[in-house]
Amino acid sequence: MIGQIQNRQAFIEKISQKLKRSEVPSAIEPPQWSYAPQYQVLKDKTQDELLEVLQKQCQLINTSCVVTKLADLPGAVYETIQSYGGGPVIAWQDERFGHYGLTELFNERLPKEQVPVNTWDPAKGRENVSLAEKANVGITIAEQMLAESGTAVLFSYKNHGRAVNFLPEKSIILIPKSMIVPRMTQAAASLRKRVLQGEKVPPCINFISGPSNSADIELILVVGVHGPNYMTYIVIEDL
Amino acid sequence: MPMKVGSEPFKNRVDEGIQNTFMRGAVSGAQDRLEVKRLQAVEELGDWETWRLLGEQIRQHVLENLDYYLTQLSDNVAKLGGHVYFASTAEEAREYIAGVAKQKNAKKIVKSKSMVTEEIDLNHHLQADGLEVVETDLGEYILQLDNDLPSHIVAPALHRNKEQVQESFHSHHGYEGSSRPEELTKHARKMLRNDYLTADIGITGCNFAVAETGSVCIVTNEGNADLSTSLPKTQITVMGMERLVPTFEELEVLVNMLTRSAVGQKLPSYVTVLSGPRGEGDADGPEEFHLVIVDNGRSEILGTEFQPILQCIRCAACANVCPVYRHVGGHSYGSIYSGPVGAVLSPLLGGYDEYKELPFASTLCGACTDVCPVKIPLHELLHKHRQVIVEKEGRAPISERFLMSIFGMGSSSSGLYNMGSKIASKALKPIIKDSHISKGVGPLKNWMEAREFPAPNKERFRDWFENRAKGGNES
Repeated sequence: MIGQIQNRQAFIEKISQKLKRSEVPSAIEPPQWSYAPQYQVLKDKTQDELLEVLQKQCQLINTSCVVTKLADLPGAVYETIQSYGGGPVIAWQDERFGHYGLTELFNERLPKEQVPVNTWDPAKGRENVSLAEKANVGITIAEQMLAESGTAVLFSYKNHGRAVNFLPEKSIILIPKSMIVPRMTQAAASLRKRVLQGEKVPPCINFISGPSNSADIELILVVGVHGPNYMTYIVIEDL
Repeated sequence: MPMKVGSEPFKNRVDEGIQNTFMRGAVSGAQDRLEVKRLQAVEELGDWETWRLLGEQIRQHVLENLDYYLTQLSDNVAKLGGHVYFASTAEEAREYIAGVAKQKNAKKIVKSKSMVTEEIDLNHHLQADGLEVVETDLGEYILQLDNDLPSHIVAPALHRNKEQVQESFHSHHGYEGSSRPEELTKHARKMLRNDYLTADIGITGCNFAVAETGSVCIVTNEGNADLSTSLPKTQITVMGMERLVPTFEELEVLVNMLTRSAVGQKLPSYVTVLSGPRGEGDADGPEEFHLVIVDNGRSEILGTEFQPILQCIRCAACANVCPVYRHVGGHSYGSIYSGPVGAVLSPLLGGYDEYKELPFASTLCGACTDVCPVKIPLHELLHKHRQVIVEKEGRAPISERFLMSIFGMGSSSSGLYNMGSKIASKALKPIIKDSHISKGVGPLKNWMEAREFPAPNKERFRDWFENRAKGGNES
């Protein structure tokens, strides 16, 4: 469906007039900027060095950062859920959980221990939101991790409910070590590349850097406002 | 509330601000903390001046091609299935939004912090239509309970202390907890969670729109914008028409500069990029997305000497270093836009009738210009305002005009000047104390409430010089 655009002509004409031109140019390429300091930040760092930067940043943003081998991932996820007081858990519907060897944990071990694990299922519609609201822990997978700011880049769409990252009080985000990049510059560049190749942008992209917080009362930092109060990144060593 | 806040004249607002000792302590403490954090964040990044040059270049390019980028943005939003409404005035924007609310038969609206919706006085109009409008940013939520006004662009409730917040929660919700910020925040979380789940519409501002993809980017630390846009069925995003970038690559640069400059963070907890309504089969996110692009006086600034103010990315770093803001606080500006950016922008959007004093409420020290991430020459724009007010508009304060006319009269006649300078010392004797005049009379009264004036020397320069030329003693 194409949306409606209202009142555009007169509005834009006034701007063109103020810019002293008779009509809107048919095409403008963003110029080659004269400066590019963003590409210099954490340039040439190895993956190990980026992981170190990430770990240090996580300490500053009240986020736990666990590094684990792929074989030990189920144990790491299990322990984090336990440390967060158990379930209910809600996770995205994502085949990568299977590739990471978490099927047994989600489908058998946790339910057996009375920790229900729900998967976001678009067929259930709004019921997903209620499940996310009742969940103690939300589990999602990042596309990239920005070392500099400790930021998980998450794409939300059909099987990836937005609410999983926001409604549960605790949040676990998985990320393969190979997907750690220096900073938001690289994430923006790869998104732009996809756009130029004609790919559709996901309706919701979240750059999440730690638990929600506020300093609106006397500038005193309080961790945990509307979104999660606690957050763990689990980095999977895949290199 | 509209852009104009309060009905007190400028001088009374300033007096009130200066006498509010809690507010002054809070503001100076906040300024110091935020500026130190900004300096650290900028230092860590390195090469900040180059970043500023890049930020300036991006913003200037967008303004110079605003017609093109707004066309591109709206085309791309529509392609995603979103609706775009171009509002020339605040009234048009309000009517459109009220119309959407009516069409959706909405009862409750959750809102994430947005300066432009304050500027167009959206809340009061929606409330007058019988809608429940809930501000979800913690600071705005606190203010809304008591119908109070924001005093800082980034930290709106800076002027309130935790005991006042406790009292307010108690009187409105029967809150019985302590004044610890953690406990107060927990209470707000509980109250607001239900609002997100039951709201029909989520309204947000827009830090930046991305023309190439038809996206809007919203930045928060609390996650309130995310819940406001994930759960209600309709999302309305309101943006000032200049708040956009060409592509994701420029978005990244400016978001980083915004959050470092505003609060000294590398990135805040949540940077959210939303593109159109939810996709087919999605179980959350809005079914309907409306983007309202607001002019409301901005186009009148384009192409004028004041155009650089439209580069602003609303970080408020200028307010955090301003010595005037430090002493008078945000409410003294009488506008939702306070600090140096407010002193430049408010007279342009709200007119000189309301805001002619603001450009004079500055020391022109230039600290604001030095910290601005997109290199807006703020103090030069304040100076330009003064020139326009005095030279073109003939609106200099009456006392200043009177003083200048007397000086003009005296200095244009050598006889009068000679006589005036001769009798000055004797004529002012009754009000001279310890070689200073500390109590002003007539046109000097306002000026001298804060400063002393040196008494005229008993011996005039011309007499001293003449005496010296004759070989007399130096005095």
